[in-house]
Amino acid sequence: MTRDKGLRPVFLAAVLAALLVVLCLLSIALGALNIPLDQVVRALFGHPESTRVENVIWSVRIPRTALGLAAGAALGLSGALMQALTRNPLADPGVLGVSAGASFAIVLSVAVLGVGSVLGYIWFAFAGALVASVLVYLLGGLGRSGQTPVKLALAGVAVTSLVTSLTSAIALTDPDALNRYRFWNAGSLADRDGGVVLQVLPFLIVGAVLALSSAPALNSLALGDDVAASLGRRLGLVRLQGVAAVTLLTGGAVVAIGPVVFVGLVVPHVARVLAQQAGIGPDHRWLLPLSAVLAPCLVLTADVIGRLVVRPSEIQAGVLVAFIGAPFFIALVRRRRLAEV
Amino acid sequence: MTPSPSVLTGSSRHTFRLAVPPVSGVLRPRLVAVCVTLAVGAFLVFCWGVAIGDYPVDLADVMKALAGSGDPGTLLVVRELRLPRAMVGLLAGVAFALSGALFQTMTRNPLASPDMIGIIEGAGTAVVAGIVLGWDGGLSTQALGLLGALATALLVYLLAWRRGTTGYRIVLVGIGVAWMCTSATDFLMARGGRFQAQAALGWLVGNLNGRDWAQVGPLAVTMAALVPAALLLGRWMRTLQLGDDLATGLGTPVQRVRLALLLVGVGLIAFATAAAGPVAFVALAAPQIAQRLAGTAWPPLVASGLTGALVVLSADLIARTLIPGTELPVGIVTGVLGAPVLLWLLIRANRAGSGG
Repeated sequence: MTRDKGLRPVFLAAVLAALLVVLCLLSIALGALNIPLDQVVRALFGHPESTRVENVIWSVRIPRTALGLAAGAALGLSGALMQALTRNPLADPGVLGVSAGASFAIVLSVAVLGVGSVLGYIWFAFAGALVASVLVYLLGGLGRSGQTPVKLALAGVAVTSLVTSLTSAIALTDPDALNRYRFWNAGSLADRDGGVVLQVLPFLIVGAVLALSSAPALNSLALGDDVAASLGRRLGLVRLQGVAAVTLLTGGAVVAIGPVVFVGLVVPHVARVLAQQAGIGPDHRWLLPLSAVLAPCLVLTADVIGRLVVRPSEIQAGVLVAFIGAPFFIALVRRRRLAEV
Repeated sequence: MTPSPSVLTGSSRHTFRLAVPPVSGVLRPRLVAVCVTLAVGAFLVFCWGVAIGDYPVDLADVMKALAGSGDPGTLLVVRELRLPRAMVGLLAGVAFALSGALFQTMTRNPLASPDMIGIIEGAGTAVVAGIVLGWDGGLSTQALGLLGALATALLVYLLAWRRGTTGYRIVLVGIGVAWMCTSATDFLMARGGRFQAQAALGWLVGNLNGRDWAQVGPLAVTMAALVPAALLLGRWMRTLQLGDDLATGLGTPVQRVRLALLLVGVGLIAFATAAAGPVAFVALAAPQIAQRLAGTAWPPLVASGLTGALVVLSADLIARTLIPGTELPVGIVTGVLGAPVLLWLLIRANRAGSGG
């Protein structure tokens, strides 16, 4: 990959931004009621064709698109961050136990408290995500050797498995909880009103700021703990900032749209290939934003297709993300040697 | 992930050389002690599991019945009702753990357990499709699981094949395939009726209830072939851990060893999943637990297998006795039991090297 023959970084950014805008417009236009694009644009600028169109656009399509954008970006960002923090290309944003904690909290709130709506369990889920990730962070740092990437990842996997077992135990004995859980688990953007977006958005924004500002430190961390320390990075601080960002981003996204954490595992690999093509190399100042743009592209595409294939019913976005993302990912893996973390 | 030399891990070792027969090797007392302890523990839990139940049998009578003597009633209970279940637990535990150790060594990545690369997920999709859609074609759950697992493994290998293959590419392609299978399973779970969903979840967490000799047979035959193969490959795995270039330099046929490791690992996990369902966490945790118990820099094969057996058998014992009258699925308990052990070992590890 020579610099002059590959894509230019700016060109790459422009193409991806344009793609994302087109996908957003499509996501607003298509669905059970198809709205022509010119009407969409007019409605967006305050001159709607009819009140019906205006209602559909402002109360259904735009919150849904915004949710896909926000949650997708959060998952992509936290995936790239997680792989950099653990220096493990197989880490996904769920490795810290965030999605397992959220699942457990949802099942528990349904089984014990009888909570029934998305808005009702959103805070329980977020609390579960937070508790799980703080637990993993503390457990990963105990012991004389202090925190190492492997310890953090293994502690996360152990807590995840512990919590998942408990979730299954409750779900097996309480049919209501299982019912709620299996629909959330498939991952969907449907039936989330504007309130859900607004509730998770502050967390996602804080998480994104934390994540993006840690990019230079992640570049040093990629060289190994010792080198990073000798370059003047305070490892504990970098990890704390990273874990906080992952928790906020993944927690917010998973609570809103379900545990679609695979997005965060796969998208950073695609971002690394693109970055390599553009002659940037594995620079986290580029990888993080690239992942944050690519992931919502995938989520929105899946959501739009899910609305169209079985109209007027829908297939959950979480399911279609896999069936669009995985073949693309496999083709990519086959085509080239993926750049390792 | 960077293996530290075992000299640094604090375990003493002795080299020995015999003139007749001409054998030399390295003796690690701590590894041997750990293996013996685990084996004794697994055997005791195995017998205890056979002894308890609605019709309690003395431990002494269990031993006698296992050896083939005793009164006919006890013989029937022990050999026809309880032994198959205990055998599936034992064999599946060993198979999951060995397979996990092979994959973790091959990829030098403790997260690369075989539960990640699509085989278990494929089995899960096949079984859940059978339950929810009724597409079982007259096959038993076990046969469906096995078919799903082997078909997915073949698919992953074919997709990863492009003028040869690498361990890393197989894992990544496997993750893609696993992702699709998990989503298909989630979709089917959300689509099915609530009783079907419950039955599907019961299988998906891993279950030893109602196992008979028909389930033990295929698993035992497969393992009789694959376990020795895994142990024979063990010496090459040690050099593979040092990286492909160094391993080639030391005379290891890297590509062929990797293919062999893959075949053995997949075979073990596929047959174990078919017999016991995807028992959570054993494949990932048992090798890591064994590695930390034995103080080695890599997952030791024999100790991993024994740890897996001990974890699954103890979990099943707890699952059967925790709530009287109810048999919990074993997979729920393996997670609750294995996680604290792994966490405790992680916290205790006194060096970054042995921690990772």
